[in-house]
Amino acid sequence: MSAFKIDNPVIEVENLRFYYGDSRAIHGVDIAFPEKQVTALIGPSGCGKSTLLRCFNRMNDLIDISRVEGKVLLDGENIYDKSTDIIELRRQVGMVFQKSNPFPKSIYENVIYGLRIAGEKDKKLFEERVETSLKGAALWDEVKDRLHESALGLSGGQMQRLCIARAIAVNPKVILMDEPCSALDPKSTARVEELIGELRENFTIIIVTHNMQQAARVSDNTAFLFEGNLIEYGLTDQLFVKPQNKQTEDYITGRFG
Amino acid sequence: MAVLMQQELDNLKKMLLALSAEVEGRVKQAVQALLTGDRKLAETVKGGDAQIDNLEIELEEECLKVLALHQPVATDLRFIVSILKINNDLERVADFAVNIAERAVDLSGAIRIECPYDVARMAELVEKMLKMALDSLVEKDTDLARETIRLDDDVDDMHKANFAKVKEAIRNDPTYLDGLIVYLSISRYLERMGDLATNIAEDVVYQVDGEIIRHGGIQTYSPK
Repeated sequence: MSAFKIDNPVIEVENLRFYYGDSRAIHGVDIAFPEKQVTALIGPSGCGKSTLLRCFNRMNDLIDISRVEGKVLLDGENIYDKSTDIIELRRQVGMVFQKSNPFPKSIYENVIYGLRIAGEKDKKLFEERVETSLKGAALWDEVKDRLHESALGLSGGQMQRLCIARAIAVNPKVILMDEPCSALDPKSTARVEELIGELRENFTIIIVTHNMQQAARVSDNTAFLFEGNLIEYGLTDQLFVKPQNKQTEDYITGRFG
Repeated sequence: MAVLMQQELDNLKKMLLALSAEVEGRVKQAVQALLTGDRKLAETVKGGDAQIDNLEIELEEECLKVLALHQPVATDLRFIVSILKINNDLERVADFAVNIAERAVDLSGAIRIECPYDVARMAELVEKMLKMALDSLVEKDTDLARETIRLDDDVDDMHKANFAKVKEAIRNDPTYLDGLIVYLSISRYLERMGDLATNIAEDVVYQVDGEIIRHGGIQTYSPK
């Protein structure tokens, strides 16, 4: 793999190996993610991109038979240290999933959910955070008159943006996105992609996507994974015009995978 | 998806090869008309330009269609971008062939003026460059492409020398000024054709290696 220099890494991954039971899904990946940029993880199904993404906020801990070796440093601290506070980790590294998953509560309650479970009670802060987060997620204008209605009444695209609002309400450093647009129509997809462009100003974003054109449109950097290995990592515009690796070339031109 | 796109790419290549064969033929005919004073052949070249123009437009539309529908990346993207550019270059080569045919008509009058330089030799070299550039395209042969680019220096040198020879001929005997100026134009057309063959060869290198070698790559410059 060609060396790709990252100046301000927020997350640095060192020799990460991940196991489901006895089978190894990720084979010693080294990768770093620059601050306030969008990095896309691409690769065929089963290449380990979602698994890798879920290592960054220890989402995989929820799988009993899983095991992680190696390091994931968030601002220089290994998140797999025994001393890591997982709630705090997930506050700093938020996540948006493939299928939007709003809670069966009001729009307002959805946004401040993270603050509430962190013990926050300040109503004024809630009000302010609901507005800034919904504005940040480009949803404010559409829902400002019905904040106390159920979130389940929103359209699919709106629900996904609500989940993004909920993720940014706790002011994370990093937002992980796992196929955030795969269940959305082209218009909602365009909306979320536009939003990713805006969120880049304040957050570091790592996005897993099957849609190569989406990776090309929204990301600054792209990493191509295949069979649990990082094959190529570089600037998106270079990777899509002139990939260095034959496997990358074959994958992005649709010749395999 | 890949199979469908591959069919489209093969089709583009076929269209480009058809165009290049046509253009190569026109250049040969134009030069022959010039060397033999064959007015009829020259008129044929002039009259056939609309066909080349149509082929160029059709190929461009096909390229745009594949870009829009298949959103190619990497080698496929470079392939289409280079076809678009080569398509343009070939159409320009055909225009110069028409220009030469027009000048051939101008020169085919009652009084035959001697060309003050070896026009056959220059035309031969330019035709060779064109053939090499197109062969390099077909074979994806960057060595041949780079060799084509080197030959352009020879053509440029010839043109410079021709300019001096025409000037001297006019100075010696200005009677046939008009005809001599026509020969100067022909040297210029051939020189431009060499440039276009060079462009084609440069696009072949881009297509295969992904390296833009035009103008010697990105230059550092300081604004005055």
